Parts: sequence; structure tokens; C-alpha cells
Amino acid sequence: MSGALRTGLIWGAIGVFLSLVGMVEAFAARQIIVGVISLGHLLLLLIALGSGSRAARQGKVWGSAALLRGLVAGVTTGLVASAFIAVGSAANLRAMFVSATPELFAFLSFGRGVAGIPLVVAATATAGAIGAAAALLPAVIARPLAVGVTSALAVGLFQELLQIILQEGVIRTAIRRLIFTEDGLPPRGALIVFAVAAGTSALLRGRRGGVRAWTAHRPPRQRRAISLVAVALAIVVALLLPVAGGLFVSQVLVLVGLYILMGLGLNLEVGFAGLLDLGFVAFFAIGAYTVGLLTSTGEHAIAHLSFWATVPIALVVSLIAGILFGMPILRIRGDYLAIATLGFGEIIRLLFLSDALRPWFGGSQGVLGIPKPTLGGFEFAGPQQLYYLTLIASAFIAFVAFRLRDSRLGRAWMALREDEDVAEAMGINLVNVKLLAYGIGGAFAGMGGAIFAVMLGSIFPHSFSLLISINVLALIIVGGIGSLPGVIVGSLFLVGLPELLREFTDFRFLVYGAVLILMMQLRPEGLWPAAAQQRELHEERVDIPLVPPVEAAPGEAPAGVEGGGS
Amino acid sequence: MAILTSRRLTKRFGGLVAISALDLEVEERSIHSIIGPNGAGKTTFFNCVTGFYRAEEGTITFQEEPLDGLTPDRITHMGIARTYQNIRLFATMTCLENILVGMHPHLRASWIGAIVGSPGTRREEAAAHEEARRLLRFVELRGKGDYLAKNLPYGEQRRLEIARALASRPALLLLDEPTAGMNPRESLDTMAFIRRLRDELNITILLIEHNMRVVMGISERITVLDFGEKIAEGSADQVRSDPRVIEAYLGTQRGAAEIGA
Repeated sequence: MSGALRTGLIWGAIGVFLSLVGMVEAFAARQIIVGVISLGHLLLLLIALGSGSRAARQGKVWGSAALLRGLVAGVTTGLVASAFIAVGSAANLRAMFVSATPELFAFLSFGRGVAGIPLVVAATATAGAIGAAAALLPAVIARPLAVGVTSALAVGLFQELLQIILQEGVIRTAIRRLIFTEDGLPPRGALIVFAVAAGTSALLRGRRGGVRAWTAHRPPRQRRAISLVAVALAIVVALLLPVAGGLFVSQVLVLVGLYILMGLGLNLEVGFAGLLDLGFVAFFAIGAYTVGLLTSTGEHAIAHLSFWATVPIALVVSLIAGILFGMPILRIRGDYLAIATLGFGEIIRLLFLSDALRPWFGGSQGVLGIPKPTLGGFEFAGPQQLYYLTLIASAFIAFVAFRLRDSRLGRAWMALREDEDVAEAMGINLVNVKLLAYGIGGAFAGMGGAIFAVMLGSIFPHSFSLLISINVLALIIVGGIGSLPGVIVGSLFLVGLPELLREFTDFRFLVYGAVLILMMQLRPEGLWPAAAQQRELHEERVDIPLVPPVEAAPGEAPAGVEGGGS
Repeated sequence: MAILTSRRLTKRFGGLVAISALDLEVEERSIHSIIGPNGAGKTTFFNCVTGFYRAEEGTITFQEEPLDGLTPDRITHMGIARTYQNIRLFATMTCLENILVGMHPHLRASWIGAIVGSPGTRREEAAAHEEARRLLRFVELRGKGDYLAKNLPYGEQRRLEIARALASRPALLLLDEPTAGMNPRESLDTMAFIRRLRDELNITILLIEHNMRVVMGISERITVLDFGEKIAEGSADQVRSDPRVIEAYLGTQRGAAEIGA
């Protein structure tokens, strides 16, 4: 039982912490289900649920004993919250904690102050018991329930966005009328979403493996056709996104795209070649400044080229920058490499910021008047148009990264990552291979910078802070280091989600930190790990012998080796 | 004819002389062993040959070309490959990828060719994959191409490491304790396998080995090192009866028993 008590205390402390940093109150304003629950209360509810569920799982007991543990943990969490409410109502904590406002305590105690404490404890106790019960449910029931609840909450969370998407069209309007009211998502709509999602999940359960087995047993030609259809569908969805999502969604997606471009570049350095780089934003800045200076109509313009002419130049400039960047740090390994690259990133930013170079780079005033790209009369004026530019650039860069990964150079990078000395003994020229990693990785980020420049129309040194490098590193870790789809998943998750949930922006780095710690604890290989870690599971299907299975008999030597032997 | 020659090779680590004025000749198409107590300088010699260490004095020539001052990758290009005492595979790469990395020196594809998918690159990649699979079969790892190297059992890791070394099409293969950690049965198999490498692929073998049954069984020539100096050289019988060798191996009857004298 002391385990359950401790779990309750820890989760209670998490709740108090989130309240004190202002997260609960900031989330209180957003209604998830109208008149039922706000995001703030949802957060508190999730904490109580998590406390109960965790306590039940920890105990290695079943049935009523586990429920009891959940109940105890829930009550403990509630008591911690109550103590917090009592202290907060009696004394003014605001001298130390700005967010410990009377409104916060009113919110925590359901508006009843100290008198609300029994209610708080009862609520957390119930939630704890429910959490424990959920942990005990067999997967057959738990999965559809979880899918249903998550879907309903997701619809509630993104309701503004969904309402925008569902504004036009007969079917879309009908769906909107069915689920939403003027005020938001009513309980009725939430129930519908829950029922549909849970039902679908229950129906699909057990069939998912079936679908996979069905495709696996199709003849190769049909299988290829099926995957082509899937790819075509994905392309259609990608093309329709900005039309359906509107301006705001497009803006977020362009940002996600820029991070995908940078992520692919850094993934090539860190994920493939194992070269840690904390100054990666430098290449993004170089790409942006190259395009800015060459296309600008402002005072710092060097030339007035078109965007399309400057993109290859930006790629080459950032490639060369990467090679120059790599040269002094060729012999540095490990932690020292991290520090050296960190310094490089800052040097580039400070060069653009410096007064000495102001005549060329504009100093802190930046480069202004960068025109939008046009193509045969079509202007990439806003996010909805720039989205397509980003999409094509990302697809192109992802394709290049994919091809490089499976090439001789890609294998050399991975060998370098695994064991630098042995890689060299395998005949790999470390200098070339490292410089190419920095150069090509830099060029990918330069591509992102080029689009960034025309997206904003003006660039300033302060846009290229260390935080961008850290964001990019975080997203490839969360997505799965070395994994190409992982970069996309990581960008959507770490860049897209926080933008869509405006309440999160203040707490972005708190959430980042928590997510990174959780990832390292629960899923260190990332959300979408690199293929090598999964490949073994179905190796028999992949490794088809090229010649009939005849064991190498004496006298039969590998043909390739024969030639080079004597 | 000697394929590898070292003349008065000396390697020091601070005050410690790891190898002292070592003269050594390895005959082409021979199986040559280097033995000696721990710390005799055997692996240091390997590291000098492969360019990991730079010797202070003396020269090493391979196929009449001096190796002095060359980086490890250049030396591999010249036709020397090695394995390691403590297996050093690329652990989280697959077996096939490990071998493909070994082929690096004789693949020509550029990174631009790989991006555009030029016909030459595709042809080379297909041929390389086929050769890699053949090498996997040669070391009896057929069908394990997509296993991660770290997940292979110990004996198979040893064989994969040899396959990776063979992939560079070496003329001289340096094996650092290839039977370490093996039981007698596996050691016998490995001996037979090393003979095949020489007989079928015409590769000169230079090996460091502690297992005297293996050493005496397959070596045509044995060099004995002690404290960085060559104390004896010759056939198995000559070395076995050399008093200095018996002395070096503990100087006791146990030492004599160990080398089978």
C-alpha cells in the first residue's frame, strides 16, 4: 500500500506543479465538451486517472486489491490537491508563485473554496478507481474504449479547427451540424464521436492483422498496385490539406515542412553518420540569407535574381558552408563535437548580427523586401500556396535522403556512426565521408532556409537562435533517430501540435522536456524507429537467396573474391 | 616471395617499447602465426601494419610498396584486411550491410549517382548485393543477411567479421585470435576454414593465436615474440623445441606442456 501512497503523492505533486506554473489556469479557458469539462479540468482528471492506473499496475495484484490501490492513490492525489487548496486559500502565495491566483484555487475546488475539498477528494478517488479499473480491463474492451475516449477528446480539443474545415460542402456541413453546436462540442456530439470511434476500433480489432496478411499473400504485382493506391491516396490528401484546412492550418503545415527539411538534414548528420551537431541552425540561416540577399528589392540586395535561380545557389552555398564547417572539427569526437558545433551555430548568427558586417547583412535590421516567388503568373503569395512549395521541397529532399541512405555513402556513414576506427580500416576515407555528411545535411537545411526567407519576406538574425537547433534535434529524437518517416512524425508532433494548441505555446519547453524524458523511458527508439530495428522480424521474407540453395562446396569460392585474390 | 616485410620496426608507448627492431617476412600464400605471451606486442604489430599506429622506427612494405605514413583506409585499398581480437562488427547494422561496408574499397558509385539512380550505380549495387550474399554463404551464414550483427551468436559474429574482411578482396588477411572463446570442435572447424581461405582464395594469412593446437596445426611458419622482440622463428617443430620459447612461456614445465614440447 505504501507504493500506492507514494504514487498518489507523486501524481498529486505533478498536479500542484502544473497548477503553480499556470498551466491548469491557462487551460481552463478552453472548453472540451461544452458545459461538461474544460481542458484544465481534463488535465487534472488525467492526473487522477494516471495516478490510479499507475498504482494498480505497480502492485502486481489483480481484482479488488488493485482497485483498492487505485482508490488509495486517487485519494492521496486528492489530499495533496486539498492541502494545496487549503494553503492557497489561507495564505497569499502570489509573492512567490505568480500563477497562484484566487481564480486558480476557485477552479481547483470547483468554485467552493475550502468547502470544496471533500468534493475534490471524492472526484480524485473516483478517477483513481476508474484508472485502476481501466488498467485491469482486458485489451479487447480497453482498446476500443481508449480509442473512443481519445477520439472524442481530440475532436473537442481541435474543435475550432474542425469547424473551419467542416464549414463548406453539403456532407461536411451535415457532419458539423450533427456533432457541433454554436457553442462547441456538446455532450451529444462527444458521445457520437465516442460511439463511432470505439465501434470502428472494435470492428477492426482482429482484422488489422487480417488485412496485412491478405496483402502479404497477394501476388507481387497486386501488392505493388495496392501500395501504389495507398501512395496515391496519401498524395491526394497532402494536396488537399491546405484547401480543406484553410489559412491557419496551411501556415502550421509550412512550418512543419520547414522543420522536416531541417530534420532530414540533421538526421543525416546525427542519425546516419553519428555526428552530433548543435549548431545546425547555421545552415538554415545561410540558406535564408543567400536567397534573401540575392532576391531582395531592399537596400542590401546583391542581385535581383528570381527565387528559382537562387534555390540552387542556396543549396550550393550551404553545402560549401557545411564542408567548411566540418573541416576544423574532423578530429573532434563525442561531447567535444557537441560543444564545437554549438559554438559554430552561434558564430554564424553573430556574424549576421554584427555591426561590422552591417553593410552586407543588415545587422539586427535584417534583410527586407524579399519578394514572393512566382511561376508563370502564379504567385506563391500566402501559406496556402507556399505549402505546395514546401511539400515539393520536402518530398524531393526526403527522396534524396532515402536514396543516400541505401547507397555506398549511406553505408559508410552508418559504419562511421557505429565504429569510426573500424570504418576507417574498412577503407572508408573519413575526411570525405564526414565532410559530405556536413555538406549534404547543411544543404537540406539551406533548402528550408530558402523557403523561410520568402515565407516571411524579411529575415532577421534573431530568427536563427540556438532553440531552433535544439528543436530540430528534439524532433528527430522523438521521431526515431536515423528514421526518415520519424522526421515527419516528429515534426508533426513537436512542431505541428504545439502550434495548433495555442495554450501550449507558453509551456512548450516544459512539454518538450516532459515528452523527451517520457520518450527515453518508454520508447527510446522513437515514435517511428528506423527500419533496421524492425527488419529482423521478417527477415525470411526479405532475404531470398539469389541462387538455388546449394551449400558452398569445397572448390566453390565467392566469385568476386577469386578475382582479387592472387 | 615475401608479401609483407617489416624491417627493424620499433613502436614505443612513452617509455614502454612495445615492439623492438622487429624483422619479419610473411611469404605469399603462406599461413603465418605470431605467438607470444600477453603483452608481447602481437596486436601492436597488427595495428602498425594496418596504419592504426605509426611506428617510430623501421619500415613495413607490402607487395614491395612501403606502408609508412599511410592512413588505414589507404592500406585497406592496397589489399590488407583484418579482424579484431574483441569482435568489432557494426553492431546495429545488418549482416548484409556489414559485408557491403567491407566492399567499400572496390565500389565506385558516387553519391550523385546514387541520388539520380544512374544505371551504373544500380548495376554496381545489384552486383555488390549478390557478392555479399555469396560471401554470407561462404561463411555459412546463409539467410541471415537481415539479422542485426549484434544479435548473432558469438561464433557467427566471428565468421561475419571474416566475411566483412574478405569483402575488400584482400591479398593479406590479418586474423587476431580467430578461435578465442571457441570450444575445441569449433576451433577445428575454424582451422579448416582458414585453410580454405588460403587454398581456395589464394589469400595470405597472418594470425595471432593463443590456442596452440590451432597454431601448431595450421601454421607453416611461426614467429614468437616476447616483450616486443622476436625470440624464435621457424616451423612448428623448430619453435616447439626452442629453449627460449619454452623459457618465455613461463620458463617451466607447464610452459613446455602448453606448447606441446
